[in-house]
Amino acid sequence: MRGIVIIGAGQGGFQVAASLRASGFDAPIVLISEEPGLPYQRPPLSKTYMKDGDADRLLLRPASFFERNHIEIVHDRVTRIDRAAQLVTGASGQTHAYDRLILAMGAHNAIPPIKGAGDAEVLSLRTLQDAAVLRSRLADTRHAVVVGGGFIGLEFAAMARAAGCAVTVVEATPRVMARAVSAPVSHAFEARHRAQGIVLHVDCPAAKIAGDHVILADGRKIVGDLVLLAAGVRPNVALAQAAGLDVDNGIRVDAHLRTSDARIFALGDCASFPDPVSGRHIRLESVQAATDHAHTIAANCVGTPKAYDAVPWFWSDQGDDKLQIAGLALEGDTAELIRTESEKFLVFRFRNGFFCSLESINNPSAHISARQLLKLFPHIAYEKIRAHDFNLKQVLAAEKAMAT
Amino acid sequence: MTKITYIAAVGGQSTVEARDGDSVMSTAIAHDIDGITGECGGSMMCATCHCYVDEAWMEAVGPRQDGEEDMLESATCEVKTNSRLSCQIKVTAALDGLIVHLPESQT
Repeated sequence: MRGIVIIGAGQGGFQVAASLRASGFDAPIVLISEEPGLPYQRPPLSKTYMKDGDADRLLLRPASFFERNHIEIVHDRVTRIDRAAQLVTGASGQTHAYDRLILAMGAHNAIPPIKGAGDAEVLSLRTLQDAAVLRSRLADTRHAVVVGGGFIGLEFAAMARAAGCAVTVVEATPRVMARAVSAPVSHAFEARHRAQGIVLHVDCPAAKIAGDHVILADGRKIVGDLVLLAAGVRPNVALAQAAGLDVDNGIRVDAHLRTSDARIFALGDCASFPDPVSGRHIRLESVQAATDHAHTIAANCVGTPKAYDAVPWFWSDQGDDKLQIAGLALEGDTAELIRTESEKFLVFRFRNGFFCSLESINNPSAHISARQLLKLFPHIAYEKIRAHDFNLKQVLAAEKAMAT
Repeated sequence: MTKITYIAAVGGQSTVEARDGDSVMSTAIAHDIDGITGECGGSMMCATCHCYVDEAWMEAVGPRQDGEEDMLESATCEVKTNSRLSCQIKVTAALDGLIVHLPESQT
């Protein structure tokens, strides 16, 4: 009997298998993993795993879960999708027939066009194996150099600094995390990392990278015991492209997360999906997107049609500071920085005068209120939030009272 | 080793040996206990590890963490005075014998 084949056993691939079983789906499920071992969580790789080195703690579920739920894990690298025959073929030569196919292939680390960026001596962080190498190297590192001031680069930098290393971060653009957060949040984190003793160069592209040094575009040379390249990721789309599926910054899907072939869905890092708020096709690299996409696909596979409508959320632990993002701001959305009485830091993002996202640091309460507000009342005008002195809990209570 | 008992909403229970320092959530995941999801991996970003601490253990477990109360508001099942996010309960020897009750659903 043909069942569901899932390519990719990261957070999203695992979750779609688990959600299918939880929804009563009883046909075969094959989960194809390029990596050895059982599906694991990636977020801790740059944080707790660097400290404790305990790979078992990363497992999404133990082996018994996959056994009792009849989820077959196959270790192989898929080389071809034959849509006409509804068949995937692996490098091993093994084939798997599908009724529905889920593409959960994730992303790979970007190699920027910098001399030496692809060299094996330059370290990267994506997989457990990468993390294990990085961790063993960290043990005798006095100075770590990080190329790229995004989430992964900064999380690693903060962790290495806390472990006692000297750390230098070089970022090519004028501010850290520029793609994902507003300028006030970037600047707040730059100040916090510098206060911890991290040397941070922004607006400072690298001209050459090697395993033990980086040469900046302005000619300066930074020598280190290890060099980590953390320059973002690119979606894994080659298989989909070769199979003739629509691809445009990710595998293009509709609101139900179907690709241009109705039997094939895509999720997580590799999927370009319509943002339910703006309608624009976007790609999100987050646990939230992967898991909520998985829930949506599972529902669509068991005959309860569902459009994806989740409110995005994201977090990044950098040293003792926790950045949280609720909702989604796109380029051009305005940012208003608010400091609350307790000196807690909030950045409200607005699109056309309506609240669309909250970026907060060490303020879980405001973060949750923002998520609830965006979910229940997605059209809240700037004036309304201002009238409540930027207290989202109050806005939420007022809206709930009005709705009843 | 610290023993923790998880009691399912539909009845049935599992008692497992937990490692000190792990959370009540991660212990459940590691022992393949149904009823705890732990979607965000313990970062207090979701409410899919909701549990009810047995009344007898409320004092030993202690109060909710900063922000936990807010996150609990998004839990699927009813939030009661003994509701906790199990990722925020750290296993220590003092919790040997801990009993937690699991909600009907996490999502």
